[in-house]
Amino acid sequence: MSDDLLVAEGVKKYFPITQGILLKHEVASVKAVDDVSFTVKRGETLGIVGESGCGKSTLARCLMRLLEPTGGKIVFDGRDITTLDRSEMRPLRREMMMVFQDPYASLNGRKRVGFIVGEPLDVHGIGTDQERKRRVQELLEIVGLNPEHYNRFPHEFSGGQRQRIGIARALAVNPKLIVCDEPVSALDVSVQAQILNLLKDLQREFGLTYVFIAHDLNVVRHISNRVMVMYLGKVQEVAGGEDLYKHPRHPYTGALLSAVPIPDPELGKRRQAIVLEGDVPSPINPPSACRFHPRCPRFHEGVCDVEEPLLRPFGAGHEAACHFPLERWPMTAEEIRNPTETVAR
Amino acid sequence: MTAILQVADLKTSFRTDDGIVKAVDGVSFSVAKGQTLGIVGESGSGKSVTSLTIMGLNDKRAATSSGSVLLDGHEILGVSTSELQEIRGTRMAMIFQDPMTSLNPVKSIGWQLSEAVLVHKDVTKKAARDRAIELLEQVGIPNPERRVDDYAPQFSGGMRQRVMIAMALINNPDVLIADEPTTALDVTTQAQILRLMKRLQDEYNMAIIMITHDLGVIAEVADDVAVMYGGKVVEQATVAELFDSPQHPYTWGLLGSLPRLDSKADRLEQIPGQPPSLLRPPSGCAFHPRCEFAFNRCPTEVPPLVKFGGPTHLHRCLLGDDTRQEAWAKKKAAMKVEAAA
Repeated sequence: MSDDLLVAEGVKKYFPITQGILLKHEVASVKAVDDVSFTVKRGETLGIVGESGCGKSTLARCLMRLLEPTGGKIVFDGRDITTLDRSEMRPLRREMMMVFQDPYASLNGRKRVGFIVGEPLDVHGIGTDQERKRRVQELLEIVGLNPEHYNRFPHEFSGGQRQRIGIARALAVNPKLIVCDEPVSALDVSVQAQILNLLKDLQREFGLTYVFIAHDLNVVRHISNRVMVMYLGKVQEVAGGEDLYKHPRHPYTGALLSAVPIPDPELGKRRQAIVLEGDVPSPINPPSACRFHPRCPRFHEGVCDVEEPLLRPFGAGHEAACHFPLERWPMTAEEIRNPTETVAR
Repeated sequence: MTAILQVADLKTSFRTDDGIVKAVDGVSFSVAKGQTLGIVGESGSGKSVTSLTIMGLNDKRAATSSGSVLLDGHEILGVSTSELQEIRGTRMAMIFQDPMTSLNPVKSIGWQLSEAVLVHKDVTKKAARDRAIELLEQVGIPNPERRVDDYAPQFSGGMRQRVMIAMALINNPDVLIADEPTTALDVTTQAQILRLMKRLQDEYNMAIIMITHDLGVIAEVADDVAVMYGGKVVEQATVAELFDSPQHPYTWGLLGSLPRLDSKADRLEQIPGQPPSLLRPPSGCAFHPRCEFAFNRCPTEVPPLVKFGGPTHLHRCLLGDDTRQEAWAKKKAAMKVEAAA
């Protein structure tokens, strides 16, 4: 049994933009995910962080085969699942589950909690009715809900409790992998902390592997062993959580770290910041070569807009895609503008 | 420093089919020109209703308010709608969380900005339009002469929030109320908007009330902070005091719940349970069912707002001073925040 539970190789997802009604033809495409590769080891949490439109949710749906990737390969538990058809995928769906962002929209309001949590068991034909009911009550208890609430409807629960129901449902079939797409961003801070603690406890207890997607760097860094930073469909940097925070190499990672508000007024005033101007460009017509170059404080004409930087190793599983990686962190604005070392190209 | 806005013992309750909801229950604070007051709290803490009450935007059929709101020394709570309309937009303005639903998608940005001028001032359409372009430029919209004729959906989220800020500031208000203005935005855009608000505050010398659930945002922009829970202010302090020596267990809970980049803690110091129902609030201190330090007085006595240390630091906790300091020291150690390099 290999150490890697999930391997993505050059995964691409392009959404076509078509014109014409009868004679539809493709005029362009949105490159939502463009050539993304990574591995997730058994029992670890890979965090994926990025701003809206960076392709993190599309990537998650491609990994689960909820969307068909345009290109690339996805290997789950040693098996290439990229070309499996629906019936071949079905037994594998037991092993990879998903937790969604909006606990209000992802639970069927007309079904009772017992049914919602037990549905995966039903779908995969696991156990008798009696066994299922017992399993569901056990699951409710595991996620910190009262098993007696088996017959209630989702609207009788608060946002945090609903997210617990979503997690119980994902756990029902003992999956190996859980992909969490912004599981806490709709929740209040105190409830968010409860859910993050719950996810960590469950991982320890059941040896789960998580792919954890969020836009909040604080949350991702807290829960993840390794963090992958995405920008406009491309991976910019991958590193251990601690490493990424202490020694970011990509200027975009530096900008994200600078933009995260710190709950400490003294520290906040002292820190040096890379402040980005403008907005994330459109993924329909992304900037050439390095997609970050129009906003990058280290932009070098004739290099960054001509040649696409590849992911390069910076030791100990740390990789970044930049021609002029940050030498250290934190840096002054002056130092950020004037790189001293360049990666040999 | 005199306060431009003084709120005293503000109460707002709503009649609902299930009973009376006391959304805001005795809130007092004041803001001076050029200062920022942060109001922090979770859903249902009453922070948004507080701001809507100040602006006179509550539904009059369901809401009843009492107390006092003094704008520059004049009472504005309970004045007539026409008087309020005079004040809103010129003296006080408000921006909201979701700029898309606050802008009219079928009118151009320029039309909406000019309207805000024309309603209050006797100027020509041309002058109003010029003022709109000027404001768009100030809030950092590129090509304002061209973009003034664009529509809301043609702008990105961050740009729309800039347009909202331009609209709020177009008549030089004394007070700007910002209700979660950056919650819907990406973090790098949030940083831009916060910097913009700071710059404009200096230029216009206005008071800002910043309502947010994010203590990080509070730390970056606020001078004073009010922490709300269950319709009451449970702690009020300068920003330095609040982060240095928070006195209320709920504030500790909020700080402990935040995953932060500079912490080594494996588990977050969570607050157990759910925020309270305002329909049937807990007796005594509203936080006692979730408070790990609660003792026999907490379920029966409503804690008064008392001073701690200096005159600016107030809290509502019944614990003795010494017990509280010990408890906070323990909490702080558990958060494992790394000493700043």
